[in-house]
Formats: sequence, structure tokens, C-alpha cells
Amino acid sequence: MLSKSIHDIAASFSRRGVLAATAGLMLGLAPLTGATAADTIKVGVLHSLSGTMAISETTLKDTILFLIDEQNKKGGVNGKKLEAVVVDPASNWPLFAEKARELITKEKVSVVFGCWTSVSRKSVLPVFKELNSILFYPVQYEGEESERNVFYTGAAPNQQAIPAVDYLMKEEKVKRWVLAGTDYVYPRTTNKILEAYLKSKGVAQEDIMINYTPFGHSDWQTIVADIKKFGSAGKKTAVVSTINGDANVPFYKELGNQGIKAKDIPVVAFSVGEEELAGIDTKPLVGHLAAWNYFQSIKSPENEKFIKAWQAYTKNPKRVTNDPMEAHVIGFDMWVKAVEKVKSTDPDKVIDALPGIEAKNLTGGVSKMLPNHHITKPVFIGEIKGNGQFDVVWKTPGLVAGDAWSKELDGSKDLIGDWVGKKCGNFNTKTNKCLGSGS
Amino acid sequence: MPASLSARLCSLALSLLLIAFALPAFAGPFEDGVAKFANDDFSDTEEAISVVAGSGNKLAFPIISALQDGRLMADPDSKKVYVTGADGKSIDAATGEAVASVPDSASAVRLNNRLRRSVDAALGSLTLQSPDVGTRLQAAQSVFKSHEETALEAVDAAIAKETNRSVKAALGEARAAILLFKADASELEKLEAVATLKARGDQEAMALLTGMGDQPASVTKAAASAIGSIQSSLAIWSSVQNAWYGLSLGSVLLLAAIGLAITFGVMGVINMAHGEMVMIGAYTTFVVQEVIRTRYPALFDYSLLIAVPLAFVVAGAIGVLIERSIIRFLYGRPLETLLATWGLSLVLQQAVRTMFGPTNREVGNPSWMSGAFELGQITITYNRLWILVFTLAVFAILLAMLRYTALGLEMRAVTQNRRMAASMGIATSRVDALTFGLGSGIAGIAGVALSQIDNVSPNLGQSYIIDSFMVVVFGGVGNLWGTLVGAFTLGIANKFLEPVAGAVLGKIAILVLIILFIQKRPRGLFALKGRAVEA
Repeated sequence: MLSKSIHDIAASFSRRGVLAATAGLMLGLAPLTGATAADTIKVGVLHSLSGTMAISETTLKDTILFLIDEQNKKGGVNGKKLEAVVVDPASNWPLFAEKARELITKEKVSVVFGCWTSVSRKSVLPVFKELNSILFYPVQYEGEESERNVFYTGAAPNQQAIPAVDYLMKEEKVKRWVLAGTDYVYPRTTNKILEAYLKSKGVAQEDIMINYTPFGHSDWQTIVADIKKFGSAGKKTAVVSTINGDANVPFYKELGNQGIKAKDIPVVAFSVGEEELAGIDTKPLVGHLAAWNYFQSIKSPENEKFIKAWQAYTKNPKRVTNDPMEAHVIGFDMWVKAVEKVKSTDPDKVIDALPGIEAKNLTGGVSKMLPNHHITKPVFIGEIKGNGQFDVVWKTPGLVAGDAWSKELDGSKDLIGDWVGKKCGNFNTKTNKCLGSGS
Repeated sequence: MPASLSARLCSLALSLLLIAFALPAFAGPFEDGVAKFANDDFSDTEEAISVVAGSGNKLAFPIISALQDGRLMADPDSKKVYVTGADGKSIDAATGEAVASVPDSASAVRLNNRLRRSVDAALGSLTLQSPDVGTRLQAAQSVFKSHEETALEAVDAAIAKETNRSVKAALGEARAAILLFKADASELEKLEAVATLKARGDQEAMALLTGMGDQPASVTKAAASAIGSIQSSLAIWSSVQNAWYGLSLGSVLLLAAIGLAITFGVMGVINMAHGEMVMIGAYTTFVVQEVIRTRYPALFDYSLLIAVPLAFVVAGAIGVLIERSIIRFLYGRPLETLLATWGLSLVLQQAVRTMFGPTNREVGNPSWMSGAFELGQITITYNRLWILVFTLAVFAILLAMLRYTALGLEMRAVTQNRRMAASMGIATSRVDALTFGLGSGIAGIAGVALSQIDNVSPNLGQSYIIDSFMVVVFGGVGNLWGTLVGAFTLGIANKFLEPVAGAVLGKIAILVLIILFIQKRPRGLFALKGRAVEA
């Protein structure tokens, strides 16, 4: 019987995916449908409220509910109240597609705000294309995509990764680079772009170390020791981290314990924000960096007003704000403006109206939706402070326009996304041809 | 008219003196330097640091050390700079006079990494002759790191006065580092410097030797041979380091698996909710620390000691509850047990998520678990060391319990032959509940230790469940010693594979090896012989 149970375990692992899906379905919240009167506009919220990604995505669900609440206080949109429809895709990628379909066909939502990981976005793409609806995607991502039905309010690599590397080169005089990331599409693509960029700036191959770790990696001893070794070659070294989610806490703890200080080897992270730092004692990390388009500590009247209202809404005076939240704030505002402009929620009309729409961001500037469905954003480099917040040490002089296709990669440097003039997401400017992602 | 000229000169000197008294703030470069702190500009702050540190003013040390600790306050309106002491009293940084209070408009002078390095270098040369040995050692090390020429005089002066041997050695190394980079140092001095660094023999010495730039031919040659010898000694240390990392990873695996060795190994229950017991232990630690933080902050260093028994009780009680309410109906039906406990694990995760929120909770490291010490050329972190010690202690206690206590005897009796045990008067169902509770309680204890190195989030347990099953199955189901050997074997194998294959491939390679091993020996490393196998 004992040896039999071993086989049962082995079998169970292959079945785990199915099990997780069913369990997720059972646990998933039933859609929060209120009165289904025709005088409301429905807004879909597609963020994981259980499973691994709940740690990051729950806050975004709350953000959209908060924004809808505020908008309704102002009288709604086009004289109609907004109504949120919340579903839980449970950090399960196929379930994202199912739930997206449910939102569009069954709940008949006019727009969906959702997704965090790139794989969840890729999983819902065909659904949004087939059913012709609108998705606002609020997270920094690897780029190389421009779809008619998706609006990307998070940073493309040229709005986060490249400015961060520029900062390290200029201010910290970094000559040697560790590109450390979790093993999936976002870090791999970003590191490919960064590697090409560094080489174009004259960095030699032996001065770049690339390292990937599995999701949720918790034993960082070897890698941190390797970084220390790599950094002792007599040249200033920095780590560019695309390490995602849960793996960050043990990584930073190991850095702190092995005595790697920011002043010796700084780490600049693209996925660590206020929310992630809430789980760590940040005193040993002071001076490590993060690159984002928004920090809670930025002083601007819009930001102060937003933080106050958000903390009042969540009834938690310590509740932090972060970059993807700001992306939702901008995206939501843009959508409202577009719907008011065309006086309709018809997807085709709203999609055509969105490019060119401007909305105030929370850092004192005005972001604009571009024809490639990305937006303009300022880029900030922040240093971790002892209280878990960031101190902005550098920012770009103006707003940076998001590139859907990276200029650093051979395969994509001639491509542009243009849904206004060319009506094409991957238009090759050399051959003057649309490569297939047309409308 | 010489008399009238001298009278004029006198009055001129007098009036100059008067001006100097009336405007002390503009009297010298030191005061100008201090005022630059108020500009909130990183380049100005850097200039201010070098001016103040080089001024020889006795206020230089308090100012720079306040800057390091974020106690240097600058008022952008009046351009005045204040040093706030740890005791809350403040002085004017330019004059040293006590001030009643720092204006509200003043804020701490900001630093970035470049400035932190300058601060370290400045503090280093300022504290080389501090009365405290520890401070002097640290100062020598920061001068070694920054190796700026300007510090050479101070280092030489300090070496002449130094009596402590280790500080003197550190100062010698700092001097060598400076000379190596000093353009006009003689060849002989440089060769001596290379020899000193070779004797130091660590990564930092190697970094200096590789990055030293153009040197006379003899120095380059000596440096190349020094680098070679440092590299070969570091290579040996690196395998010692891998072995240590392996032991440390093995201890974490053992700690996570040891509870499962009871519930799965001894009882044969495929307990997919095992990881959630670990998570509950970690959350118990969080709650204990929260209470201590708000009520008894002095006890913080003992928080883990308090959390260990509590985590055992909480997780153990939940374990007994689970056994009584679910698992006892499913004995002998492994597939149903697996499904039920898997569902249960999701329920527990979501329950914790609802109670504590989906985000990570901060569990602090007590002071005795933070930091690291150097052993030869490897760094050993205290938290890993304590976890290893703790794991072995838990293992020894568990082993002793099973062997020498009445409950242990009953447990072994029930798992070996349930009907015989029952007919000898042992209440088998009570023993079942207690055994399951024991396994869960030990998983809870593991959670206390794992909270020190991992996220405390509802997903904590999930990341350990597969590893735990791997260890128990590999080591041999039903054998605690097998679990021990299995955990350390997997840990060490993983850590020797990781530098070669990378973390992702290393993990895959380990899984493949285990699958192959199980094909050959389905009962693991240490198979139980006798009737237990058929039970």
C-alpha cells in the first residue's frame, strides 16, 4: 500500500492543474451583480482574488471599485451609473479566458480592467478579439505587442528598464551588469532587450551575467554569493532585477544577511513596489533602487488627494498605493473621457476615440493615449527608505512615449503599432506592410 | 605720513575683525561647506562632505556621522543646518552652538548611493584614531574600500599609534590599497602592497588587484601571480561554501518534511494540507510578534522562542481537528484522502487570506538571527546557522519521543500492527489523532523557522509541499533517519548542481534523478523491512 501511495502522488501532480481549476471554480466568487437595470454601465474587473497572484491583484480590484464609487458620486458617465462586475480567475490562466468570456457575453460589460501576468493577458487576448471588447492592462510588461482591443497603461520596457539602466550608467558609473530574473516571458524578453541595449553602449559580453530562477525561488544563497563574486572584478557592478512576486522577499533578506549593501552593489528592481516592501524590514535595503512611473512618496496635489481618498475608502490609514494602481487610475479616467466623448459605450466607437485622449497622472503631468495603445509616462528612479517608501533620486525630464515594439531588438526595430492611421498593430515601416495584426 | 598710515591700518584691521565677529557664518570654507547641505542637491552635498571632512574642524565628525544616520537637518529657507543628537538635543552645524529646536521646515539631508560611499570614506578617515577598537577596525575597512590618496597621511599617523594587532593589520591593508592606486608611489611600495593584498586573499583584495589599471611591469607580474594564488584558494573555499549551502538547504527541506514524515511516513496519510500547517505556524509567529511589538517591545528578541510552543499547539490542535473530522473516515482510501486534504489546503489558504489579507506579512528577524560572520573565505549567515541547529534539535527530540515515551511506543505499535495493538488495549483511534496532531504540530514549528527566510503569505505552504513529499519518498517512507539523509542529500546535490546548471535546470535535474532512483528502489533510500510494509 505504501508503494502504491507513491504512485498516487505522482499521478496527483499531473492532475493538479485540473484540480486547481475545479477548486478555483468552486471558490471563485459569484459575480457581484446588483440590480440588472438597463440604466447602468457595467465595468468588468478581472483580477485574481485567490491563488498566487492574489497578493498583487486584490489591490487592483479594490482600486477599480474605488474609482467606480468616486465616478458614481460625480453622477456616473453619460447620466448612467457605473456598476462593477467582479470575477475571480484564481491565478489560473485558462480560467482567465473563461471568466473574460463570461464577463463579455453573459454580464455584457462595456469594458474590462484586469490581468497582471503576461500569460494571463495572452490567455484572454483571443476572447477580447473574438467578442470585440476592451481590456485595460495596468502592469509594466515586456512590450512586443499592440492589439486593437487592449490598452496598455503600464510601462513598456523603454519606459522603465532602459531609463533605469541609463541612470545606473550615468550616476553610479556601473560597468558590470547582473540581469537576474524569474524564468518566464517578461524577464526573458526584458533581459534580451537590455542585453542588446548594453552591448550597443559598448558593454562587453563578459561584463554581463544573466541568471534565471524558478517562480517562488526561496534559497538564494548560491546566487547571492555568485553576484558577490561577479562584483569583485574591480569594476562597479549593479543588479537589474526582474525577479517577480514572492521570490523577492527571500532574495532581499539574503542580500541583507550576506552584507551586500546598496552602496557596493545596488539592485534596481522592476517588480518591487510599495506593496511588496510592506512584507519586509527595509532597513538593510536602504539605497537599493526601483524604477517605476509612480511612487507613493511623490509630492503632487493630485497624488495627495488620491492617497487621502483611497485610505478613507479602504478605512486603513496605512494602506499603500503603487504604480499599477496609478495605471488603473489613468486608464479609467481615459475610458470615462472616451465614453463621454462619443456618448456611447459601443466598443468600436470607444476604441477609435481613445487614442489622443489625455488624462492627468498622479505625479503632476498629463498622460496621453498613443495610436499604438500605449501611453506617455514619466519615469522615476526611487531609493528604498527605511520606512518602506521610496525617495525619488532621478526622473526623466519629460514624459516618455511607450514603444509597443522595442527599438533594441532586430526582430522588432522596424515595427510600429498604429491603430489610427495604419489600422495595424505590427506595421513594418521598412516594407510598408502590415504583418497581420490588422483590424 | 607714517603715523597716520599706521593708524589707518589699525582701524582697518579693527573693522575687519569686527566684521569677522559680526558675520561668523561667512568666515571660512567650513561654514560655506556646511551651508551647501541645505541646497538639496546631490552634487552640492558631495562637495559639502569633502569640504567638511577635510576641514579639520572638530564639528566634522558629528556632522558627517549625523548625515549617515539621517540626523543632519537642513532648512531650505534659512539655509541653516542642524545636527540632531540621538538624545533629541540639537546644535547649529556651522557654529556648534546649541539650539532650542529645529524649525519645522527643516528636513533630513538626502543621500544616494554615491554620497553614502563618500560619507563612508570621510567617516573612515575621521575615525581612524577613535578610542573604540570596533570603530577603528571599521574605519580601516572603509578606507580600504575607498582607498583614496587623501587618507594616506591619516592612515600612516594611525599605524604609528595603533597597538591592537587586528586593527594594525587592517590599517596595513588599507595603506596597501591606497599605495597600489597612488600614481607616484615607488615600485617597491607597490610590490609590498601587492604582497599585503595577496596575504589578505579575499574577493575584495582580488577586486583591487584586477582593477588597478596601468602599473610598472614588475608590479603587473606580481599582481598576476597574486590573483592566481587567490583564485585557487577561493576555488577550494567555493566548494566548502557549496557544501555549507547544501547543508543549509537540506536543513530547510528536513524541517519542512519532518512533520510529513510522521503523517505520511508513519501513518501513511497523503496529507496535501501539510504545507498549510507550516503556513499556520508562520502566521502564529506573525501574531506573536505583533502582540510583542505593541505590548512588550523589550521581548522582541525572544519572540521566536515564545512562538515555537504556541505554533506547535495551534497547528497540532488544528491537526487533531482535521483527523477527527475528516481523515479518520478515509483511512485505507489514499485517493480520497489526497483529494480531501488538497481541498482542505485550499480552504485553509483562503481562510488565512480572508483573515490576514492576501499580502505578505512582516515577520522580523531577532538581532541574533540577523547578519553573518566570515569563516575563512565563506560567509555564514546567522539565520541559516540557527535553522540548521534548530532542525537537528527538533529531529533529535522527535526521535527520542518516538523511542522512549509511552505515546511513541503506542504510535509505533499502532502503525506496525493496528489489530494487535488494539487487542493489547491501546486506544488506536486516540493514538491516530495524537499522531496526526504531532505531525501537524511539528509542521507548525517548521513554520516558525521558515518565517525567518521566506514570505509569510497564504501561499507559503504550497512552495514546500512538493519538496517535502520528495524528501520523504526519496528517504524511504516510514523511516525518520531516511528523511534526514534524504533531505541533506537532496540539499547538497542541489547546491553543487546549481552553480553548474543554474537554478532552473538544477531543480529539473534533481527531479529527474529522483524519478530514476524511485524506479530502481521504489521504497526509497531506507526501506522499512518486515510487516510494516504490508500494513
